Amino acid sequence: MFILAEMKNVTRIMPENFNMKLNDAIAVELNNKLANKVVLNVGLCIALFDITGLKESFIIPGDGASHTIVTFRYIIFRPFMEEILVGKIRCCSQEGVHVSLGFFDDILIPPNALQHPSKFNETEQAWMWEYDTGDGNKHNLFMDSGDCIRFRVTAETFTETAPTGPIMGIQETQEPGENKVPYSLTGSINEPGLGILSWWDT
Amino acid sequence: MEIINANAATLSNFEVLKHLQKIKDSKRKHKGQLATITYETLRYLEETPCKDQTPQKIANCLKALQPFNLSKTEKLMLINTPPTTPLEIQLLVEESEEKLTEEQVQQILDILAEYFPFIVPEKIKVEENSN
Repeated sequence: MFILAEMKNVTRIMPENFNMKLNDAIAVELNNKLANKVVLNVGLCIALFDITGLKESFIIPGDGASHTIVTFRYIIFRPFMEEILVGKIRCCSQEGVHVSLGFFDDILIPPNALQHPSKFNETEQAWMWEYDTGDGNKHNLFMDSGDCIRFRVTAETFTETAPTGPIMGIQETQEPGENKVPYSLTGSINEPGLGILSWWDT
Repeated sequence: MEIINANAATLSNFEVLKHLQKIKDSKRKHKGQLATITYETLRYLEETPCKDQTPQKIANCLKALQPFNLSKTEKLMLINTPPTTPLEIQLLVEESEEKLTEEQVQQILDILAEYFPFIVPEKIKVEENSN
């Protein structure tokens, strides 16, 4: 679920932070830069793990700040494929079940990856698994928001969200970067043992 | 910024929990995104069994699991989300029916329950009425 990524950066320390120890100042800078952000094809950055290397610092003419080349390791959230995770249902919609881990919200279990047969209940706005009890009866197992759900990670998608230049011609369109999700996961629960935890308690 | 190695190592939930607790308890006030993400991640991790683990127990448990020929990721999942039923083992271990006998599955469950005894009462939950 969590990995370490090795990265290298030229970190700029403002003069007002020169009273701090260099390591501390760099740690603050790196965390300001990366914490809670998605790095393309790496994952969601959580926190600095350690600094593995520091080169000498430079001062550039016209700038009072110092620049230091630093190599470091960062804690990244990036589950591997086929990993089993437990999360909470955020909401259900026609597109499937949206799951959240609290710190990461962009997980979708599409309808074709739900237990079979599952149906979307319009009035309850929830997916339900029409569980066949074996004697011809059906038992509707609802997936309500807030329920704990165990799922398998089946795919991940990274999207470039860097701002693009203005699109000529079309004016007053909404910000294109606004609704882009930089990192999203696709899950599946169509295996015995997966789904709402209480389904399998007995 | 340059990525030298996007996947240098894998961390267990326990290691992340300990590291984030250290950040949270450090004297310096954290603000902004770091405070948000550590708070949210800690809240998630504190609900998982890893909050009661210790490095010693994990190391001993991994030693005890050695004879079963499990892959690194399988062992990681066993530690992160210790299963309590054979069904969960089936999910975590690829082709477990071929790789493990029923006794071996039971042995793994016993080992996990021995080192992480707190996972067992987790099972006693109120069955939610799904009608």
